[in-house]
Amino acid sequence: MCLAIPGQIQSITGDDDLTRQGRVAFGGIVKFVNLAFAPEAVVGDYVLVHAGFAIAVIDAEAARQTLDYLAEMEPEETA
Amino acid sequence: MTDGFALSCPIPDPGGDIIELAHGGGGLLMHRLIDRMIRPGFGLPEDGVAHDGAVFEVGSARLAFTTDSYVVRPLFFPGGDIGSLAVNGTVNDLAMCGAQPLYLSVGLILEEGLPIAQLQRVVASMRKAADAAGVRLVTGDTKVVERGKGDGVYINTAGVGAVRSGVALEPRRVRPGDAVLLSGDIGRHGIAVMAAREGFGFEGDIASDCAPLAATVMRLIDVGIELHCLRDPTRGGLATTLVEIAQAGGVVIRIDESSIAISEPVRGACELLGLDPLYVANEGRFVAFVPQHAAETALAVLRGGPAGASAAIIGRVEASGRAVLLDGMIGGTRALDMLSGEQLPRIC
Amino acid sequence: MKYVDEFRDPALARRYVEAIARIATRPWTLMEICGGQTHSIVRHGVDQLLPPGVTLLHGPGCPVCVTPAESIDTAIAIAGEPGVIFCSFGDMLRVPGHEGSLLAARARGADVRMVYSPLDALAIARETPDRQVVFFAIGFETTAPATAMTLAQAKRDGVGNFSLLVAHVLVPPAIEALLSAPDNLVQGFLAAGHVCTVMGYWEYEPIARRYGVPIVVTGFEPIDLLQGIYLCIRQLEAGRAEVENPYRRMVRREGNGTAQSLMRQVFAVRTQRWRGMGEIANSGLGVAPDYARFDACRRFGYVSDAPERPTECLSGEVLRGLRKPVECPAFGTRCTPERPLGATMVSSEGACAAYYRYRRPVEEPV
Repeated sequence: MCLAIPGQIQSITGDDDLTRQGRVAFGGIVKFVNLAFAPEAVVGDYVLVHAGFAIAVIDAEAARQTLDYLAEMEPEETA
Repeated sequence: MTDGFALSCPIPDPGGDIIELAHGGGGLLMHRLIDRMIRPGFGLPEDGVAHDGAVFEVGSARLAFTTDSYVVRPLFFPGGDIGSLAVNGTVNDLAMCGAQPLYLSVGLILEEGLPIAQLQRVVASMRKAADAAGVRLVTGDTKVVERGKGDGVYINTAGVGAVRSGVALEPRRVRPGDAVLLSGDIGRHGIAVMAAREGFGFEGDIASDCAPLAATVMRLIDVGIELHCLRDPTRGGLATTLVEIAQAGGVVIRIDESSIAISEPVRGACELLGLDPLYVANEGRFVAFVPQHAAETALAVLRGGPAGASAAIIGRVEASGRAVLLDGMIGGTRALDMLSGEQLPRIC
Repeated sequence: MKYVDEFRDPALARRYVEAIARIATRPWTLMEICGGQTHSIVRHGVDQLLPPGVTLLHGPGCPVCVTPAESIDTAIAIAGEPGVIFCSFGDMLRVPGHEGSLLAARARGADVRMVYSPLDALAIARETPDRQVVFFAIGFETTAPATAMTLAQAKRDGVGNFSLLVAHVLVPPAIEALLSAPDNLVQGFLAAGHVCTVMGYWEYEPIARRYGVPIVVTGFEPIDLLQGIYLCIRQLEAGRAEVENPYRRMVRREGNGTAQSLMRQVFAVRTQRWRGMGEIANSGLGVAPDYARFDACRRFGYVSDAPERPTECLSGEVLRGLRKPVECPAFGTRCTPERPLGATMVSSEGACAAYYRYRRPVEEPV
């Protein structure tokens, strides 16, 4: 019940807490997204978007660690 | 082997006694309506070739004859309009029969209140499309219905073409061992129209791929490729088209998911809306079933057509049977099914 | 697409598949909660890649599965009120209640519209001030903030012709209900990653402890799913039962504070019926008293908890893995994908719908 995808903020408009929104790019298309739940987000950040709202700012370092996890945990498999 | 999951969510309740939108969606409900009521009602044979057009002989000539109606909303969308769609759609159905498209008729049903300027745009667009496709619009009819009884414009086009000598295209000619080719990237038309109609507010270039395919098909024939079956994946998308051919042809088709080209904007839109691009309509693409030895030559010809750079060999016919198997990107295989109705965006 | 493609890497997927096969020494039964995860599992064939001893049960995780039929009946009734524009997410339109679906209602003349976001419904309300606009607010905690913000905007701007039919559900009580059933088979959970993006995962810690079940916060891409399964099995093999979060790029333990705070203002927790599972205490959200005038049930005079109509549907037992679909007396006869009785046949990924398709005559390759 949670189709949400990552997109990159291209620009931000509005100062109002409730209606602050960003133009967010999803691999080739751009859509307006409400940023009220990601008040710390800035242009260039990737956000997770669901039903027209950003619900998280994506942690790039955590993403990298997730990808490297198996290699670190079971190094003999990378051989 | 895997179960046949239909990834639209969920299956519609057909209601029983009224026509619903899903009956026009290109999926299971539409096929049932045609197969169980309309075909028998018209006295068409049960095992009649389910195909884009009818082919028959008149004297020594073999003609292809087809018809299609266009009810798209909005009337004008990025990459086309109801007029260019109506011309190219019928041109392409004739091409899928291996015929050189020649003449089209046009039936217009106009809604009272339609701005004449819009009709002018549609007419101009039809003329332009016809010229580009090398066909002539030779006869037609115009009716007007009361305000509220139509969506501005409905168009029916019927077309006649000359089937090229020695060419007979139908699913029953598809053989195990055949290669499956796709003429370009998928999903553009359905996304462009849905985005425009539902006001999803995408910026970015998702335009319909609406285009005539006859020239590319004629080139395939000219070059001497032994074509077994051609089909353009319109309503219901590539998956539905392949399932139709597998069922009508009695074959198992195996497709490599990673070989199917999808443009970045279409991908983004599909991911955002939760749509499977395999079920999204196209109006300027076709699949071709050719013997394996002709695959590379055929691919070279496709590369010269619309969106040719993304043309690819996407799979092969594996065996007799009735299934479409998709080998996925990460190693699993799933059987593709026909949708029951229209694919709708998901929140889930 | 960044943050998508890397998590569909075939080579990394293969390594996880091998690792899972290596560490699983016994049969294990896991459950993923979220319909989006089920969808991804099926689409990418993740369950096919698992060793035979690992069973993945597809839990009650989709609005299609869990929104009670009675709510859909109410939705259709409201959509039939004169002048109403009824807005809904796409996947809800086809779900049948007892009297058909919203799409069928549209075919009979109701003004039912599909929206991508509740904000779109609010925009329609602003554009058509002479019509009542109602939004069907379904979904887990992932979607509740969107509803909450839309409602906050409506209240602040005094959009009087807008209201909500709310049927949001909460995941932790459902997990507890599943785990506390005496015949529970689930040994490990893949928690819904995007629900946890909003709510955090601290609520799952007492559940893991109380029932001795590992709960791994899992994302949606194949690598995330495989990693979640791997970590869950690793805990089970080691006899651990903890909450673990590999989905760190999207989830923090405390979740999204801004979203939670607004949800607390706008909603009140209540008992909620789940299709196929019955009533679960404190598992749903209703409209808080301060926002009562935006509650469509109040505005149009419908009860929000119509009595449940009895059905022979066994979907509750099926989705918990206790019965196979073929063991249900209604399977394939009174209950089919076109005329589903319950959750597991309604959703095309539900166990019953899957069995039904699999058993349809498909000629084997020669």
